[in-house]
Amino acid sequence: MARNVSTQRKIVVTVVAWTIGILIFFPILWTFLTSFKTEAEAIASPPSLLFFDWTTENYHEVQSRSDYFRHFMNSVVVSFGSTLIGLIIAIPSAWAMAFSPTKRTKDVLMWMLSTKMMPSVGVLVPMYLLFRNTGLLDTRTGLVIVLTLINLPIIIWMLYTYFKEIPGEILEAARMDGASLSKEIIYVLTPMAIPGIASTLLLNIILAWNEAFWTLNLSAAKAAPLTAFIASYSSPEGLFYAKLSAASTMAIAPILILGWFSQKQLVRGLTFGAVK
Amino acid sequence: MATLHTRSAARLMIAPSVLLLLAWMIVPLAMTIYFSFLRYNLLMPGMEEFAGFSNYSYFLTDPAFFQAIFNTLAIVLGVLFITVVGGIALALLLDQPMFGQGIVRILVIAPFLIMPTVAALVWKNMFMNPVNGLFAWVAKLFGLQPFDFLANAPLMSVILIVAWQWLPFATLILLTALQSLDEEQKEAAQMDGAGAFSRFIYLVLPHLSRAITVVILIQTIFLLSVFAEILVTTNGGPGTQSTNLTFLVYAQALLQFDVGGASAGGIIAVILANIVAFFLMRMIGKTLEA
Repeated sequence: MARNVSTQRKIVVTVVAWTIGILIFFPILWTFLTSFKTEAEAIASPPSLLFFDWTTENYHEVQSRSDYFRHFMNSVVVSFGSTLIGLIIAIPSAWAMAFSPTKRTKDVLMWMLSTKMMPSVGVLVPMYLLFRNTGLLDTRTGLVIVLTLINLPIIIWMLYTYFKEIPGEILEAARMDGASLSKEIIYVLTPMAIPGIASTLLLNIILAWNEAFWTLNLSAAKAAPLTAFIASYSSPEGLFYAKLSAASTMAIAPILILGWFSQKQLVRGLTFGAVK
Repeated sequence: MATLHTRSAARLMIAPSVLLLLAWMIVPLAMTIYFSFLRYNLLMPGMEEFAGFSNYSYFLTDPAFFQAIFNTLAIVLGVLFITVVGGIALALLLDQPMFGQGIVRILVIAPFLIMPTVAALVWKNMFMNPVNGLFAWVAKLFGLQPFDFLANAPLMSVILIVAWQWLPFATLILLTALQSLDEEQKEAAQMDGAGAFSRFIYLVLPHLSRAITVVILIQTIFLLSVFAEILVTTNGGPGTQSTNLTFLVYAQALLQFDVGGASAGGIIAVILANIVAFFLMRMIGKTLEA
C-alpha cells in the first residue's frame, strides 16, 4: 500500500524544512554577502541583506595586504600532500587486511582507531620541541608529516571498508582465466578499488583542510595554512568585517563544493563504515 | 589462498602503517611523560632538573584545572545533547517527502564543512558582537539591551558555536540510518494502530540506536579537544571561564613556556581521554560487530 501523502502536508513540511535549512545556513550566507559590502555597510544598522552596492574590493584588499594566495597554497600543499602520502602508506595495509585477514586483523584495526583517541594536547609539548629543534616548525613539510599521521587511521579504516566489499571470487575467476598478476591488478582490481580510493581521498582532503589544532600550533607566518591565516583576524585593527568575510569565503568555498559532491561518502568515511 | 607466502607479504604490506602509528603513539608520549617529571621552562634553558610529582601536584591543585575539567565535560555533554536531540528531530523532518529535499540537505550539511576558525570568527564578530553583531541588532529591534555573549556567557557561546558545526554531522548520519528503515515495517505498525509517538519510540529509535552510538563516539573524540573555537573567540576567558583542558595545556606550554607543567597536564588529559575511550570502544566494538 503506497502511503497517501496529501499535498497539503507536503507543503507544510517543505516550508518548515526550508526555513530551518536557511536558518542553519544563514551564517555562511551572511558571510558571503558581507564579503561584497564596504566596511561601513558591513556594520550598518539596519543591516541590508541584498540591496547594497556590491563591490569586490575586499577580495583585492585581502590578497594585496596579506598575500592570501600564499596561505591558500599552503593549505593546498598540506592537505593534498598529507592525503597522498597517507594513501600510499595505507593502500597496501588496507588491502592486505581486507584480502588476507588473520585472527589479529580486527585487533589491529581497533588499535589503529584507538590512536585517534589520544588527545593531541597530550603530545603537543614534545612535538613542538621536536619541530623546533629539527627546524620543522612553521614549514609545510612539518605540517604534512603531522597531518599524515593523525589522519592515517581514518584513511586505513575507510579503505578497508571499501576493499572489503570487493568480492574475492572475482580475483579467482580472473586467475582461472589465465590472467597474470599484472593484468589482474590493472584490469580487475584497479577499476574496482578506484571509487573507494577516490572517496577516501576526498574526505581526507576535507579533514586536512579544516584541521585546526596542529596547524595553529605548529605554524606561524611562513607555512600558515588558511586555518591559521583566518585566526589572525581574531585580534583585528579597525573595521574588518567585510575583509574577514572575503577571506572566509575564499577559505571555505573550495571545501564546501567538494563536500557537497561527496555527501554519501562523508557519512561512510566519518563513521568508519559503520553507517552506510 | 592464505599460504605462508601471501601471509608474509601481507605482513610486509601492513608493517609501514603499524610502525608509523606505533612510533607516533610511543615516542612523543614517552617524551611527554619524561618532561612531566622535570622542572623545565623554555625561558630558563639549561636549568632542567628532576622534579618528581611536583608538576602533577601543581596542576592538580590549580583551581583552573577543575574549572577546565568542568568546562571540558560541559562542552562535550552540551554539544552532544544539542546535536543528538536536534539531529534526530532534523533527520525525522528531512526524511519526510517535500519539495527540494536535496537543496535543504545541502544547506543543512554546510556548517560541518566550514573550518573551525572561520565558524568561530563569523559567530564572534558578525552575530555575537554586542555592538555590531546581528543578534544585537535584533535585540534592539525589540527594544532590548544587547547581550554580550562572549563576555557574559562565554562557555555557552562556545558550546553554541561548536554545536552549530556538529549538528549537520549528527543529522547526516541519523538521516542516512533513517533512510535504511524498512518502509513496510512502518506501514505495518501504522496499520496495527500505532500512533506517531509509539512508532517513534518502539520502531524508529531502536533502529537508530547504532547510528546514535556512532555519533556519540565520534563526536566525543573531537569534542574532548575543542581548541580553535576557544582560541579565536574567548581565548579561554574571561579568566578561565571558557578554558577547557586542551586550552589549559596549550596556555601552559606555549604562553608560559612551562614544559614540565604542560606535560603533566597533557598526561592528565591522556588519562581522562582513555577513561572515556575505554567505555566508548566497548560500545562501538559491540555495534560494529552487530
